[in-house]
Amino acid sequence: MTVETKLALTEQDVRSYSVAKQEPNWFAEYRIRALGAAENLPMPTPDKTKIDKWNFTDFPVHSVESATFSSLAELPEEVKAIVTEGQQSVYIQRNNTPAFIQVSDELTSKGVIFTDIQTAIRDHENLVKKYFMTNGVKVDEHKLTSLNAALLNGGVFVYVPKNVVLEEPLQAVFMLDDAQTSLFNHTIVVADTNSSVTYVENYLSTVENATGIVNIISEVFAEDNASVTYGAVDVLDKGITTYVNRRGVANRNSRIEWALGLMNDGDTISENVTHLVGDASYGDTKTVVVGRGKQKQNFTTKVIHWGKHSEGYILKHGVMKDEASSIFNGIGKIEHGATKANAEQESRVLMLNEKARGDANPILLIDEDDVTAGHAASVGRVDPLQLYYLMSRGISKQNAERLVIHGFLAPVVSILPIEGVKKQLTEVIERKVR
Amino acid sequence: MSTLVIQDLHVAIDGKEILKGVNLTINTNEIHAIMGPNGTGKSTLASAIMGHPKYEVTSGSVHLDGEDVLEMEVDERAQAGLFLAMQYPSEITGVTNADFLRSAINARREEGDEISIMKFIRDLDKKMEFLEMDQDMAQRYLNEGFSGGEKKRNEILQMMMIQPKFAVLDEIDSGLDIDALKVVSNGINEMRGEGFGCLIITHYQRLLNYITPDHVHVMMQGKVVKSGGPELAHKLEAQGYDWIKDELGIEDETVGQEA
Ligand SMILES: Nc1ncnc2c1ncn2[C@@H]1O[C@H](COP(=O)(O)OP(=O)(O)OP(=O)(O)O)[C@@H](O)[C@H]1O
Ligand SMILES: [Mg+2]
Repeated sequence: MTVETKLALTEQDVRSYSVAKQEPNWFAEYRIRALGAAENLPMPTPDKTKIDKWNFTDFPVHSVESATFSSLAELPEEVKAIVTEGQQSVYIQRNNTPAFIQVSDELTSKGVIFTDIQTAIRDHENLVKKYFMTNGVKVDEHKLTSLNAALLNGGVFVYVPKNVVLEEPLQAVFMLDDAQTSLFNHTIVVADTNSSVTYVENYLSTVENATGIVNIISEVFAEDNASVTYGAVDVLDKGITTYVNRRGVANRNSRIEWALGLMNDGDTISENVTHLVGDASYGDTKTVVVGRGKQKQNFTTKVIHWGKHSEGYILKHGVMKDEASSIFNGIGKIEHGATKANAEQESRVLMLNEKARGDANPILLIDEDDVTAGHAASVGRVDPLQLYYLMSRGISKQNAERLVIHGFLAPVVSILPIEGVKKQLTEVIERKVR
Repeated sequence: MSTLVIQDLHVAIDGKEILKGVNLTINTNEIHAIMGPNGTGKSTLASAIMGHPKYEVTSGSVHLDGEDVLEMEVDERAQAGLFLAMQYPSEITGVTNADFLRSAINARREEGDEISIMKFIRDLDKKMEFLEMDQDMAQRYLNEGFSGGEKKRNEILQMMMIQPKFAVLDEIDSGLDIDALKVVSNGINEMRGEGFGCLIITHYQRLLNYITPDHVHVMMQGKVVKSGGPELAHKLEAQGYDWIKDELGIEDETVGQEA
């Protein structure tokens, strides 16, 4: 049985929003088709988590107008702390408003596109048409993918032309400082042939008692010989139910590396799928999570091998506190023909309380003989012998536990390419596990 | 002068009694060596002094300058001045050696009076150089992937950084090559003096060639069965343990047996 959910917005609402944003006609039509499809499509079915009582469709308002910032100096302190001094290319979205953008000369001179998604829809129609819900996420996968397209009200578009290798990371911050804000964010990162880019994003609530919902889709494309490093730290308020879908498509000899710090305080469904399409493609997914309160979360990480000699790695480390409960699904899938593919994964959950729940499900689905694969999974408590060792050096039990937990979550923290974001994640972890 | 007094210490693990009445007094400015065959309770003694969670003290006492050590949590024991170089140090992923050491040092200082990073790094560099440790060991995760010998050196590095009053060194010489043995011995000798007492658990005289002990004790069946000066270690090296067993009428020296 599927629950009938009446959608909050009508076709007319969507059309007028699209007009207000001066979108081209094709995108307005795209939205309308997606809205129609959303009526009948089922909800996603994350393995082992029942979400039929979760609210992904009911929200106070579709779009909040917010003031923009004329310089980085105007940012609220929490956001300023994330943007490392000297960071050249930064985009700030405030609620649903593109509030600030700064693009380095290097980006401009090399023809890199780094802009909000709605500007991209207007100004880069061909590129958007090529990558928007074509090879990555499909609009009709389920109700939430189609709703994302129909109600799209934020996101970023990054395009790195052929042969352009960017050293400096691009940074996007999606800040929510209005309790009513809902996000239907859509982000696209494209690294064209022989190019390389690092993109880091933050989803950050700076108000409490949020009443909105969040629906995020990121589509990442690494064309032949290209490389994308994608960092993300999500810290959304307790009141927000989040659906976040980050998807990658790696072509021949390309790399996609994810470093995800998923620190939302609300119920969250996170899906991170990497398609290793090309031969010798490489995908690495590192995810760290802290759950607290009565939070319910599901983290599904999947790497699908199509290309020969493709290599996929999944690492997930979760800390569960209070009465939080989480499902960690890790799936390595090797399709027929992907000879010499290698699929590895590791899922570990640390439980800090009696009532916390963590469930690690490593799955290997292999349809080819000539491959290698492996997985390791564990669910347990902080090792008393590690605590003993640290305490024997004079460190208090509480600090010893802290050190072990930070160490456990270091695989993502240590590789985040922007200092401010690294520091922020460390502080969020500190705050959440205390 | 500080004194560590162990009196009639009985220790059990998983309900099995291992130590059966150990008596030992160590003063600062003294180095004691404990020798003894495998499985006779040496590591158990070390663990019980430090407060290992699996070891249960069933009777007896340990006092440091009159303070009841057994009443203290593990970290309080360390703060009081005890240090244990473990036979098998833990590995802790994601925590760098440097961060860990800085936490250990700051744990001994008031909040707001943390050691300055510069001073810490200078100190650490100097001591690592003294121990001939590769500088990048500071940024590696604590003991992770360290070789046996590297772990031992790292234990001595911690001791030198923390400057405890009393150190128990459990087989600090095992797994060390000849050069490393010298380096580690230099580290211990460097600490030797007024403010420092040491209990060295070892199987071999060779360590004691570099660090001449003031007292040597032999453990069997969970007790100290014989004590003497440095010459006792030489005799053990030359003759093994049989003569002590004969002297005391012991057939099986391990802890399962009663004298
Ligand atoms: N969990 C346990 N259950 C039962 N017996 C144990 C347990 N742990 C240790 N023992 C026993 O306690 C005894 C003393 O062990 P201990 O480690 O103190 O010996 P040791 O003198 O340090 O030996 P070595 O020289 O080999 O290091 C051994 O016989 C050991 O098997
Ligand atoms: Mg031992």
